[in-house]
Order: sequence, then C-alpha cells, then structure tokens
Amino acid sequence: MSKLELNVNGQQQTVEDVPADMPLLWVLRDRLGLTGTRFGCGLAQCGACTVHLDGNPVRSCSVPASAATEVRITTIEGLAAADGTLHAVQQAWLEYDVAQCGYCQSGQIMSATALLARNAKPSDAEIDAAMAGNICRCGTYVRIRKAIHAAAAVLRARA
Amino acid sequence: MSHYHIQKYDRRRFLQLSGLAGGGLLLGVSVVDTETAHAAASTFAPSAFLQISRDGILIYATQPEIGQGVRTSIPMILAEELDAAWKDVEVKVAGIDAKRYGVQTAGGSTATPRSWNPMRRAGAVARAMLIEAAARNWNVASTDCSTRDSEVIHVASGRRVHYRDLAETAATLPVPDAETLRLKSRAEYRLLNTRVRATDGRDLVTGRPTYASDVRIPGMLYAMYVKCPRIGGKVRSANLDDVRRLPGVVDAFALEGNGDLTELKPGIALIARDTWSALGARRALRIEWDESSAASDDWPSTLAKARELAQAGGDGASGNDLIAERGDVAAAFASAKKTVRASYSYAFLSHAQLEPQNCVARPLEGGGMELWPPSQTPQRAQTTVAKLLGVAEGNVTIHPQRLGGGFGRRLNNDVACEAAAIAARAQAPIKLQWLREDDMTNDVVRAGGLMALQGALDDGGRLSGWRNHQITFSPDGKRIVSGGALRAEEDFAPLIPAVRVTRSVLPWISPCGFWRAPGSSAFAFPLQSFLHELSVAAGRDHLEFLLDLLGEPRWLPPANAGALNTGRAAGVLRLAAEKSGWGKRLPKGRALGMAFYFSHTAHVAEVAEVSVDAAKHITVHAVTVAVDVGPIVNLNGAEAQCQGSVIDGLSAMAAQQLTYRGGVIDEKNFDRYALRRIGKEPRIDIHFLQSDFPPSGLGEPVLPPVAPAVCNAVYSACGQRIRSLPISAEGFSI
Repeated sequence: MSKLELNVNGQQQTVEDVPADMPLLWVLRDRLGLTGTRFGCGLAQCGACTVHLDGNPVRSCSVPASAATEVRITTIEGLAAADGTLHAVQQAWLEYDVAQCGYCQSGQIMSATALLARNAKPSDAEIDAAMAGNICRCGTYVRIRKAIHAAAAVLRARA
Repeated sequence: MSHYHIQKYDRRRFLQLSGLAGGGLLLGVSVVDTETAHAAASTFAPSAFLQISRDGILIYATQPEIGQGVRTSIPMILAEELDAAWKDVEVKVAGIDAKRYGVQTAGGSTATPRSWNPMRRAGAVARAMLIEAAARNWNVASTDCSTRDSEVIHVASGRRVHYRDLAETAATLPVPDAETLRLKSRAEYRLLNTRVRATDGRDLVTGRPTYASDVRIPGMLYAMYVKCPRIGGKVRSANLDDVRRLPGVVDAFALEGNGDLTELKPGIALIARDTWSALGARRALRIEWDESSAASDDWPSTLAKARELAQAGGDGASGNDLIAERGDVAAAFASAKKTVRASYSYAFLSHAQLEPQNCVARPLEGGGMELWPPSQTPQRAQTTVAKLLGVAEGNVTIHPQRLGGGFGRRLNNDVACEAAAIAARAQAPIKLQWLREDDMTNDVVRAGGLMALQGALDDGGRLSGWRNHQITFSPDGKRIVSGGALRAEEDFAPLIPAVRVTRSVLPWISPCGFWRAPGSSAFAFPLQSFLHELSVAAGRDHLEFLLDLLGEPRWLPPANAGALNTGRAAGVLRLAAEKSGWGKRLPKGRALGMAFYFSHTAHVAEVAEVSVDAAKHITVHAVTVAVDVGPIVNLNGAEAQCQGSVIDGLSAMAAQQLTYRGGVIDEKNFDRYALRRIGKEPRIDIHFLQSDFPPSGLGEPVLPPVAPAVCNAVYSACGQRIRSLPISAEGFSI
C-alpha cells in the first residue's frame, strides 16, 4: 500500500492506500471517479481502457498506477479544452456519428488522438496499425476510419 | 387491431410530471389492443410522451438504447408528424414504468415497429391542437393554417407563431380523435429518411458517465461473484475466513442459487472497497465445488454425434421429430433429374458485448431494491428481481442505462438478480462487476447445430423437393434451446412443392439464448448456401434460380403482412444484383455471391464480392446490401446498423466459436475469441427499397445473409464449398 501522486488531466491528485500492483484503470475508475475510461477485458486485448501517458496510448488495465507517477496522464475526460471545445477527433466522431453502443469509443478516440499527434496524415495502413488494439463490437470501423481522416484534415488546416 | 388513447394532462398533472411552473401541453398516447381493451380501459398506459411548453419541445425516449439508435430514431417519428424542427426538440430518457410507458424492451428488432403508429398519432394530435390554438388566437379557420419547422402558419396572411408560444392555449383544448387525423404520406416527410446524429453523441465522445458500469452511488462497495467453471456446479466449501482478512476486503459469503441458471446461480460473493481489492480476494479464494449435477456439455463429441445422426437412417434426413411435411417428398426425389445432399454445421457463439455484465444495487428499507442494470428488458428485470427477493414489484426500482452492447445477451437479467441478492445479504449498496472471463463462461449463448439437407431438381432444373434434418439441443428433452428451433416455414420452405422437415434433439445443459437475429443468424448459412448448391447443380444463374422459386408476388403464409412477401424478396434481390453488377466479368479467383434472408419482417438481399488466394485467405472487397424494411426513419442510424451487421457477420463467421470440453468453455477472453478488428473493411454499399409497408427494425436482419453470401462467392471464386462455421474450421480465413 502506498500513497500515489498522479498528474491526471493536468491536475495533481493524491490517492491513498494503493496496492503496488493496482492497475491505473481501477484507480481512475474506482478511486478518482473518472469512469470514461472503460473496462473491457483486463488483458490489453480490447483497448476500451486506453489512456495517454505523456501522449502515448497505453492500456490502463495493464499498467500499475504506481508506474505512472512521473508522467502526465490524459483520459477521455481531459481531451476537450477547458472551455468545452472538443478535440478535432471528438468533433469528427460526432460529425460522422461513429458510435453505436459507444462503449469502446473513449478508447478509440484516445488511440486516434495519439496517432494524429505523431502523424498528421496517416494512410489507411497506418490507421490500421495504430487502431488495431481497439475492438469495436458494433463494427463501426468504416466510420472510425472516415472520422480519423476528417480530423486529420482539420488539424492540418489549423497547423 | 389496435386503437389509440391519447390523453392530455391537466395543469396539476403537468407540474407533477414535468416540474415546469409555466404550464403547457403534455400529451401521452397509449396503444390499446382491442382484444384486451376491456381489461385495460381503466388504466391509461401511454407509450409516448410529448411535452410542449414555453421552454420548448420535449420528447421522451422510452425504449432501451443498446446502440441501435432508438433514443434518436423513435423521437424522430413523433417530431415528423408534429412538424417540429429537429433542432427545437430535446430528447429526454424516460424512466422504467410499464404503467406509464407501455412495453419498454430492446429485442427482436421490435422497438421501431411497435412505436411507429403511437408516435405518429401522438405527433399528429399535438399538431392538430397547436393549429387549433393558433387559429383561435388569430380568429381564422384552422383549415386555413398549416405548419412547418415548429410553427403554425396562416397561409393567406403569412403570419407565423412558434409552438412554444401556443402551448398554454393548446393545453386548454379538447383532444381530437387520433383516428380521424390524416397522417403524412412518405413523400411529405421532411425529417424521416434524413441523416440525424445521435442525441447523446457528445456524452459518448467526452466520456461522461453513460453506462451501468459508470454508476457511482454514496457508500457503494465493489463486488464480484464467483461461479463454478462448470455450469450448474454448487459450492461445497470455501476459504472465506482467509479471504475476509485480506486488505480492502469487506465481506465474503456464499449464495445458494434459485435453481434457474439464467437468474441466480450458486456462488461466492466477494465485497471490497474497490474492484481491484475484490479481484485480489478472488485470486486468494479457494472453492471446492460440488459438480455432481453440473453440465458436462462437450462440443467436439456432440458435433461428431450430430454428424453421425446426419448420416443415419439411410437417407440421412430422418430426424426423430417431424416438424413439417407437405407434398409428396418421396415422389419428388424418386422422379428427380438430380438430387443434391450436404450437411452444414454452425458453432456456439458468445455475445461478447464489450461492456462486461455489471449492476449497481442499493437495498431499500422494507426489503425493496433499487437497481441500475444494463438490461434490454428492464421491466422484466423489475419483476424477476421482485420475485427473487419476495417483494412486491413496486418495491423494486429500475434506473434505465445506455447499454455497452446487447446483441440479445441482456434479454436475461441474471446480473441484476446476482446484484440484488448480494446487496440484500450485505445490506449495503454494491456494484457487481463481472470480469470478461465471467462474461464468456456465463453467457446465454447462441446455440450451435447442424442441418442435413437434400434437394431434388426436376427436368427443368427447378427445385421440386426438399428435406431438412436439423440437429439441435434441449436441456430436458422437451424444450428446444432458445434460438435453436427451426420453424416449419423458415425462409424459402413455403416456396418448395414438396417439403419434409425433421429434427433430432441432443442433450445440452448450458443455457442458450437469443443472439442477434436469433435462429436466422444460424440458419441462413445452411439454407442459403444449399440453395446455391442447387442452382449450381441445375446449371442455372443463382439470381434467376431464386427469382423463379419466388414466383408471383404474394404473402407466405397468405394475407399476412408480417410474413415473407415474395415480391419484396424479389425486389431486394434484383436491387442487390443491379447495384453489385451481378453477372459482370471478374478476374480468375474473384467472384460474386448472393444470399437472401427474411427475418424480423425485413427482406434483405446481399451480394459479396470476394477473392480467394491459394492459402484459403478470403478478401471481401465489397458487400452490396439491399433492404426492404418499409420506410426509413433515421437514414444515418439505418446505414450504421447495416454497416455494423456486415462487420459483425464477417467477424462471427471468420473464427468465432465456443468450444465446450467437459462442461468448461475454452474461450475465456478475446485472446481466444476473435472479434474483428479494424482493417480491410469491405466497401459496404447500402440500398433501401423504401415502401409504405409498416417499418421493420434494422438491428438484426442484415446479419443473416452475410455468411452465405460470402461463402457462395467463395465457391464461385475457387470451387470450394464451405459447410462449417466458423470457416476457420475448414482452413479458411478472412
């Protein structure tokens, strides 16, 4: 058990009594109440729990929170600007009405934003590689791909 | 036959329901089945709610949202007849209350057809009252007024007034008889058949609490419930004292089951201060199971037994139970120019909805319970939990949740039963969380099975006789597992002159249930593949063969608007053929395949364009989907369901199967049970043949034709006939 200092969505958070092996996912969901990061498999197979550590997409079900004390943690709740302006990827998700059940979409969006942060114009193959860790049981892949291309174009136009 | 009861609420009731001080128009509409009208006359059970006030237009979404889009599409139906501008409409999720909202269920693609007329009538009534209110204010005839975009317009003078400014006057007017009001024709629609985005899209992309698993209530503890790996096993003993001493663990106890494997199985409940501590307790838990009455279901040996049965009895098509017999089948086969026989098998499947089962439950004083279940049947959750706890239904409150996938899994309310039983015993609010492993091994699965088929072709290459011997399952030798019973008149059987359908039943204990397009999702593959074997044997083009079989436009059975209509079937087949370029020349190893299926009153034809390489890898280049579900409500949502169903169909046929060995499921997580990932999606071309038939739901019927369309294309591309699902069993991949 230890006390952890975590930087989540730009805020310092103190979490008491955290077992050394407790995954970041459950600290976010059960201790900090950030339920937008979702549990799907617990094996880093489905990507529903994807968050950013220093901008890199990771499966929070398989990363101990104690390993995330020195990095900036970003969750789906921290993606939009403080004034509520959505990230271009979130906006594209709305424009293409991507979600069906929607449960995987936090993770999809986190993977997509990480991709676009390092690749301004991803090819279809690059999208496949970056998004392969995120399962959508409803099969929204056609729209996910369109939304990523559209968000990429918006971000390029802004740059 | 139904008639509509539309009721206006008075000011007191309006305040009670809406909490709005300003007053306005609040309409509820109920559908009364005339056969039960006498019983229902004293109770008013509206299935639609509309509220218009100075604050705007509010439509209640009453049906469970599982990703099929009903929180958006069903309110659109009302808004269309109301002639409201969609931007003016706010949609609010209604609570669970059978008395107030009628049936609230997401299953069988029924929500849209069930809501179609009540929502239209409610909109038309409100519109008529708003027109009347404006006409009185202007002192003109109501017949001189029209509406558009939430305004009443006096046509001659061009005066306009917004609905919100008419609500108080409208509320003082009598309610017109809904049956006397003219509903819009399809050509007059301004909102329906357009692309509207989901009303709650922003919540989904910003991670706001949305699902049952996001619910947090004060004092909530975290629970897990450990059941026997072999279904039906009971707890003999467990090291509960050791487990209770672990850090973060609050309690651990055993629960008896209630004897129903789809409600409350026996197991050990673990309660902790967070999910991870509960999981720690679970790792330390040692249970000795009594497996004397546990399932020993075994798929490899059962499939071998089914194959034996399919070969038995000489002709291989004589099951123990006769399901249907029509015409002289023996004569049809005796006089046939050609006969064809083949057996097809399909695997047991998991629902694998992405949100694992979970439920928050809070005990109430007096023995009641408050629950937040992810349920497709929230009203049944209420009655089932009340029965389990031995309390009146009124003492169980259900809060509706958006579901992280349904696919039929959440028609059963086992997780609500477990959560209620644990919270009742602990007398504490708890969140029960299943692991993916719990989900995979305690699903209510799609039954596998086998069909031994025989067809007779006459001198003209026409299908003259048909034998189908289905091998399916039953837990008790009487009741066929849910979704496992072939209907006598399934699909094209009514079109064939001589038919004999029989069934053999093997024992199977593990619970089976409804999986997206129940029955149809399994049966379309053998039936529509075998029809292709027959057209190939006859040397006929498959489209021409199917159209010839369909014959003249008619309902089968006759005069039944919920049945297969051969004209509608031919319509979508022709449309799919035209749009896919049926008959076009393709390079070697590349071909088109066609399949049709009728399910959930929807007529769907699909053409897949595939190529197959030497390593038996299939590339699906395109799937053309032609659908007749009557009118389209939300084009955006309708297209989404078609796209998703094609991907789901490919996902399921490629490699999904549950392998039971000695009562234990091998596939416990996504590392062993492959859900399709992004990459190489086919081009999905969707075409709706819109008609004035009542609408069918679209959450299911596009899935069944996917596998046979692809497999028929594979045959045409490489000459190999796939007769098992998943196709990985025959060495193929997609």
